[in-house]
Amino acid sequence: MSPVVGKPVNRVDGPDKVTGTGRYCGEIVLPGLAYGLIVGAAVANGRVVSIDETAARAAGGVFGIMTHRNTPKVANQPRLIPSLAGQPAPGESFFPMQDDVVHYWGQPVALVVADSEEAAAHAAALLDITYEPGVPVATIADGRASATQAKTLFGGLMPATDERGDVEGALAAAEVTVDATYHFAANHHNPLETSVTTAQWDGDRVTLWDSTMGVRASQLTVASLLGIPLSDVRVITHFVGGGFGSKAMVWPHVTLAAMAARHVGRPVRLALTRPQSFTSNGHREEQEQRITLGAGRDGRLTAIRHRKLSVTSPFDDWAEPATGVSTQIYGCDNYLGDHQLIHGNTMTPTFTRAPGESLGSFTLETAMDRLAYELGMDPIELRIMNHPPVDNHGNPWSSDGMADCLRRGADLFGWAGRDPTPGTRQEGNDLIGTGVAGAGYPVAFMMPVQHARARIFHDGSVVIQTSAQEFGIGVTTSMSQVGADGLGVDMDVLRFEAGDTDLPNTTSAVGSMGATMQSSAVHNAATTLRNDLIAHAVNDGKSPLHGLSPSSVKVADGRMTSTLDPSIGESYADLLQRNRLLDMEALGSWTPPGMDTPHGLLTFGAQFAEVAVDKDLGLVRVRRMTGVFAPGRVLNPKLARSQLLGGMLWGLGQALLEGNQIDRQSGRWALNNLGEYLVPVHADIPDIQVDFVEVEDDVVGPLGVKGVGEVGQVGAAAAIANAVFHATGRRMNELPMTAEVVMNGGGPG
Amino acid sequence: MRVTCVVNGETREADDVWPGESLLFVLRERLGLPGAKNACEQGECGSCTVYLDGQPVCACLVAAGQAQGRTVTTVEGLAPGSGEEQLDRVQRAFLATGAVQCGFCTPGLIVAVHDLLARDPAPSDPDIREALAGNLCRCTGYEKIMEAVRLAATS
Repeated sequence: MSPVVGKPVNRVDGPDKVTGTGRYCGEIVLPGLAYGLIVGAAVANGRVVSIDETAARAAGGVFGIMTHRNTPKVANQPRLIPSLAGQPAPGESFFPMQDDVVHYWGQPVALVVADSEEAAAHAAALLDITYEPGVPVATIADGRASATQAKTLFGGLMPATDERGDVEGALAAAEVTVDATYHFAANHHNPLETSVTTAQWDGDRVTLWDSTMGVRASQLTVASLLGIPLSDVRVITHFVGGGFGSKAMVWPHVTLAAMAARHVGRPVRLALTRPQSFTSNGHREEQEQRITLGAGRDGRLTAIRHRKLSVTSPFDDWAEPATGVSTQIYGCDNYLGDHQLIHGNTMTPTFTRAPGESLGSFTLETAMDRLAYELGMDPIELRIMNHPPVDNHGNPWSSDGMADCLRRGADLFGWAGRDPTPGTRQEGNDLIGTGVAGAGYPVAFMMPVQHARARIFHDGSVVIQTSAQEFGIGVTTSMSQVGADGLGVDMDVLRFEAGDTDLPNTTSAVGSMGATMQSSAVHNAATTLRNDLIAHAVNDGKSPLHGLSPSSVKVADGRMTSTLDPSIGESYADLLQRNRLLDMEALGSWTPPGMDTPHGLLTFGAQFAEVAVDKDLGLVRVRRMTGVFAPGRVLNPKLARSQLLGGMLWGLGQALLEGNQIDRQSGRWALNNLGEYLVPVHADIPDIQVDFVEVEDDVVGPLGVKGVGEVGQVGAAAAIANAVFHATGRRMNELPMTAEVVMNGGGPG
Repeated sequence: MRVTCVVNGETREADDVWPGESLLFVLRERLGLPGAKNACEQGECGSCTVYLDGQPVCACLVAAGQAQGRTVTTVEGLAPGSGEEQLDRVQRAFLATGAVQCGFCTPGLIVAVHDLLARDPAPSDPDIREALAGNLCRCTGYEKIMEAVRLAATS
C-alpha cells in the first residue's frame, strides 16, 4: 500500500484559509478595477417599456450602464449541456439583455458599472425602468394543466422516460401495493460565497477570475458567447467559497462581466448579491413525485412506477433526473420512470447537491418504509432482499457494498430490538422515532479525455498540474497525495497547481466525479514520469541501476533503488544533474469509460436517524444520525468524512428547513436571504457518525475512487421522514417538514 | 470623510469614505484585508466577524464612521507571526482537525471561536453550539468545527 494515499493528511490549502490570506475571485487586486451590479427585472413575465438613465448617469462614479439597447449581441448561444460533458455549459439556453422581453423575475435587464460597489448600488437604484407586465405562470399549482411529457433532459443528453416490462399489469396483479405522492419545495444552494467574476481584457484576450466549479466550462461558454477563440479566454480560479451546483453551469453574469469590462475599458468585478443568488444561478426546482410500488407478500418487488412533475424555464427541458437510482437500486422487472415538465416563468433550474437522486431516493426510500409496514417486515431486511447483484441492464456492479452498509449502520446505530410500532416511545412532550434509508448515487461517465502534467526539477522538487480547481472539497490535498505516491516522492517536495485553463484539461468537479477524474489523470501523469525516470536510469551507463530491468526498480522519497539490493540506487535529482537535465516532464491522460460500460455504476450507502417530535408544536429535532458509505478508494479520510458529514447535514436541511416558493401573483421568490431561507446551524446538529465500507473497484478508474460529494446527502432526508413516521404514526408528504406540515399535513401510514 | 483606526496593531487611514459604507467594505476594499468575508450582507452568517474594541461584531453591520478612533482586529491579525508554528491555537486546531473546507466561513468562525475561548476556556458542547450558531458553514456539517474548538480549548 502506498505511503500517503488513504492517510488523513492536513489540507495543503488550510494555512491560506485560516489566516484569511487566500484570494477568492472577488478579491483580486487590479489597478483601475470597476464594480458591476446587475439590475434584475421587477416583473416575471412581460416587456421592458422604457429605461430612463438620466438620474443614474448623473450620480457620482458611474462608468457605464448597459441595457438591451447597447449590450453586444452574443455570437453563438450554446444549448444547455451539463458542464461535465466538456462542451459549452450555459446555465440556460438564453442570454439576457438581447431584447426587451422578460421571461422571469430577476432576469438581468441592466448592468451598472461604477467606481465602488456602493456607487453602483446607488446608481442602480436611480434607474427608472417601466414594464408592461404579463401574467406569470411559475408554479405547479398554476401550470399543472399545461404539463407535457419530456422526451429528453439536459439538452437531449438523457432520455426522460425509462420503461421495462409491464408495469400496469404487474401493479394490477400485485399482492401488496403502496402509492404515495409528495410535494417538494424549491431549494437554493447558498454557498457562503455568492458567484463572482472579475474580468480583465488585454487587447483581444480576456482573463476571468471566476468562482466556478469548472474553469474549462467557463472558458468554453464565454468563448462561444463572445465569438472569440478559446486561446483568447483564460479562466483562473484559486479559491472558491463553495458551489453545491450553483457554480457548475455558467450563468450570464460571467459573460456580462467580460462584456462590461470591454464596455468601460477597465477591469470589472461583477458579484451576485445574496438576493440575486436566489434568481441568477439556478435552483432545485419545485417538484411533485408520485411512486407506486407493487410487491408479493414475500416482500419481492414486482413493479415500480415513479413519476416526476416539475417547473422549468421557457428555454430548456431541465429536470433533475429523479429516477436514476429507483430504476436499479432494487431489482424489479416492471418499471416506469418518467418526467413531466411545466414551462413557466422561472430561470432554468440546475444541479443542486445530489441532483435529482436526493429527492428521487426520498420518494423511493419512504415508499419502501411504507411497504415494510404493509408487509410487517424489517425495513433493512426488505431492502437487502430486493437489492440485486446486477443493475437494470443485467450488468454486475463495478463494486457494491449496499447490504454491508445497511448491516454495519444497523450495528453502529443500535437498530436491533427496535419496536416498529409507531408512536410508542415518548419522553416528556417528545415523541421519539428511528428510521432507515438506503442510499445510492450514479457514477456518471460522459466526460472527455482527462489530462495532467507531472514535472520534476533537477533538485528533486515536483510540480503536478491540471486545470480543474479547488472549491473546498480538498483536491489540492488529495491530488498532492496521489501525485506523491505515483511518482514516489515525499509530499513536502511536491506542489499541486490547478485552477487555470492554461493547464492540462480536467473536467468540472461536479456530480461527485472530480476526485475520480482528476486522480486518474494525476496518477497516470505521475506514474508515467516515474517510469520515464526509471527507464532513463537503467539505460544510463553511469547509473548504479544500469542494466536492471525497470520492474526491479522501486522508488521512495525520490530515490530509485534495486528491489534485489536496496543499497544500490540513486535519487531522481542525481540522475537529472548528472545528465544535465534541468527537468523532465510527462503528460498523463485518462479516458473515462463510456456510458455504455458493461457495469452497474452506483455508489452505495445507508442512513439512519433518530428524531424527537414535539407533539404539541410539531417541531422536529434530529437527535442522532449514522451514515455508512462505500465510495471505493478513500484518498483522504479526513477530507472524505467531512464531505459526507456535510452531505448528511444537507439532507437534514432538506428534510426540515430548506424550501422556497414563488409567489403566484408576482412570480417572485418569496425568500431571498439567509435570514429567511433557513440552513442548518451549529445549534441544529445532532450527534453524527460516519463510517465506511471498503469496496475495491477496478472499473471506475485506476485508483478505484467513486466519490463522496453527493451520496452523503442521499437518503438522509428519507431516514428522518421515516423516523418522524415511527415517532408520530403520520406520513409527511411534503419537504421541508416544517412545524405546520407536521401538525397539519401528512396522514396515517 | 477620513476614517482613522487601529487595525491589527497598526494605525490605518482611509480617505474619501462614503458615510454609508460598512466597516467590512473599508477593511476589504480600502485597507487590503480580504480575510473578513462578505457573504450574506445583513449579519446573518457571521463570515465577516471581527473584533471592534475587543468585542466580536459583524463588520457588515458596522458603519465605517463607527470605527473612527477605535481598534479593529481581523483574522489576519490573530497570529503573532508568519509561518504555521506561529499561528494562533484556534487556527492550528482548525488545520489539525480538518475543520476547513471551502474556507469562506473560516475567518469569521476563527474570530468567533477565539472570542468564545477568551470568555469561556472550557465550553461544553451545547455552549459551543449556541455560541457559534450565528456562524453559518455550508460545507463541513459542523462536527469538525466542534472538534477544532475542543482541541483549541485544551492546547
